[in-house]
Amino acid sequence: MSILKPELDIPLDADTAAVAVEVRGVHKWYGGHRVLDGIDLTVSPGEVTAIIGPSGSGKSTLLRVINHLEQPQLGHVSLGGEPIGVRWHRGRLRELSERQILAQRGRIGFVFQNFNLFPHLTVLDNVAAAPVATGQLRKPDAQQLARTLLGRVGLGEKANAYPRQLSGGQQQRVAIARALALRPGVILFDEPTSALDPELVGEVLAVIKDLAAGGTTLVIVTHEIGFAREVADRVVFMDGGRILEQGTPSEVLDHPQHPRTREFLSRVL
Amino acid sequence: MSDSLAPAVPPDTAPRRDADPPGRLAAAQAAATHAADAPSTQRVIPLRRPGRWIASAVALVLLAQVVHGLATNPFYQWDRFQYWFARPVITDGLAITLEVAAYSAVLGLAGGVVLALARLSRSPVLRATSWVYVWLFRSVPLIVVLLFLYNFSALYRTLSLGVPFGPAFWHVDESKLATDMVIAVVGLSLNEAAYAAEVVRAGILSVDQGQHEAAAALGLPRRYQFTRIVFPQALRAIVPSYVNQLIGLVKSTSLVFYVSLLDLFGSVQSMGSTYPGDIVPLLLVATVWYVILTSVISVVQFYVERHYARGALRTLPPTPLQRLRTTLTALIARIRKETAS
Repeated sequence: MSILKPELDIPLDADTAAVAVEVRGVHKWYGGHRVLDGIDLTVSPGEVTAIIGPSGSGKSTLLRVINHLEQPQLGHVSLGGEPIGVRWHRGRLRELSERQILAQRGRIGFVFQNFNLFPHLTVLDNVAAAPVATGQLRKPDAQQLARTLLGRVGLGEKANAYPRQLSGGQQQRVAIARALALRPGVILFDEPTSALDPELVGEVLAVIKDLAAGGTTLVIVTHEIGFAREVADRVVFMDGGRILEQGTPSEVLDHPQHPRTREFLSRVL
Repeated sequence: MSDSLAPAVPPDTAPRRDADPPGRLAAAQAAATHAADAPSTQRVIPLRRPGRWIASAVALVLLAQVVHGLATNPFYQWDRFQYWFARPVITDGLAITLEVAAYSAVLGLAGGVVLALARLSRSPVLRATSWVYVWLFRSVPLIVVLLFLYNFSALYRTLSLGVPFGPAFWHVDESKLATDMVIAVVGLSLNEAAYAAEVVRAGILSVDQGQHEAAAALGLPRRYQFTRIVFPQALRAIVPSYVNQLIGLVKSTSLVFYVSLLDLFGSVQSMGSTYPGDIVPLLLVATVWYVILTSVISVVQFYVERHYARGALRTLPPTPLQRLRTTLTALIARIRKETAS
């Protein structure tokens, strides 16, 4: 099933160069509570990685560390070889200025569980805002791009609506178009269908599947095990702030090695 | 659920047997049977509310008494009211009131935004400075602030800008700077900013954390995040409280009389001492002008609030004009229908 309109479907790799994501020795704690306890993860360009695991296992925090919404106490993340939020200076990592971090974020798309669209802007302005504000495009060009992207997620006719006038599934598709507008090298999805009614999940997953086929690097935190099996090149299982197991969907989901993975899968499948 | 006592009752309307004695069960059964016979599209007869009608009548009588008293009591001297209402001495005062209020409202809001941002900043020094400012100006009565500023030139002959305890780069003779108007505007703005800071801070805090995160995740520049994403949404919460503040400000301008500025209240006061017999009509003149100002602000408030409700509500509520038009159209349609039949 594809809800995308073929005549508007522009191949994604035409305007985005997929990049690799590397997470190196990331530790993150709040007070005495360890949220991330030594994470190492490599995502190759164009690879689709699904992160699964129980609530509180640190999946979402890992995703937020990747785009530097959260700062790790130890370790760092790099994107296509460039460290995020920090830079090497005489063999040590130094914090970047806020302006530099914001500029880096333009290369990382982020899709939230609760969409977080800007309610006071129309759907078109939601998508067109970032390329204009960051100086990438002039307003008419950004609006043209926004119309194309909205067409691609099947919402071309909703350009002038306000987010609250749309269903959850439609809002999440707008959020995906908004993330695409900056032509990111990687897109992070934080449980993109968890806030949706079951009947609306399919339309959002169809859009993500389309992006996966287009060759963009995707990192998806999800509870949809069936979806992870279908689109992911690699499945990562996390628990207690650590990666316990990773491999192809068939390795992790059908032949789990770690007892915690088996226990988790027996409860969700 | 089914038993011999209530065979005709549909299962979902049947009363619970253990909660009801058999006699009432039979009555309920009769009622339910009745309901089952009636056509399904019955109009519900609204509940009668006699208490509400009585209370409304009492309120109307009281209101009529007040109006009657105002109109017929010679003590109010409505002819003198008419004489004074648009006299140049009064309208000049009104102009001063408007000028002081307008400058103070703008400067107060601007100061409030700065103070609110300082209070929400990550720097403990800025946070503490903002807190101390708000604490101080909310503690000191406005009249004291005004009188202090009025006597300021006696305390500091010149104002200068430079390193504390060090050399000054710029200075000016204070008596040239501090006209009565400047003193009034500065005093009101200082006071207003302290209250506006809290209103603006509450507004910013009311914006969902997800909005800050989404703006940051998109890499929007800091300034853009605040002016285009957070502040417009905060305004929805800020506008009602700030207008409240603004109405208070318009009336607080009456205090500038004490720094020898003849605003609306000041003019009325001075005319009242020249014409002691006209004090009551003069006070009425001031009252009516303040009522007019407040009313205008309230109307503007309605439209500004409606503007910032875009996107927050699925459909905007109709304006009073739109509502009036709908009511009139419906009324005309009804009259036409009745005259035709």
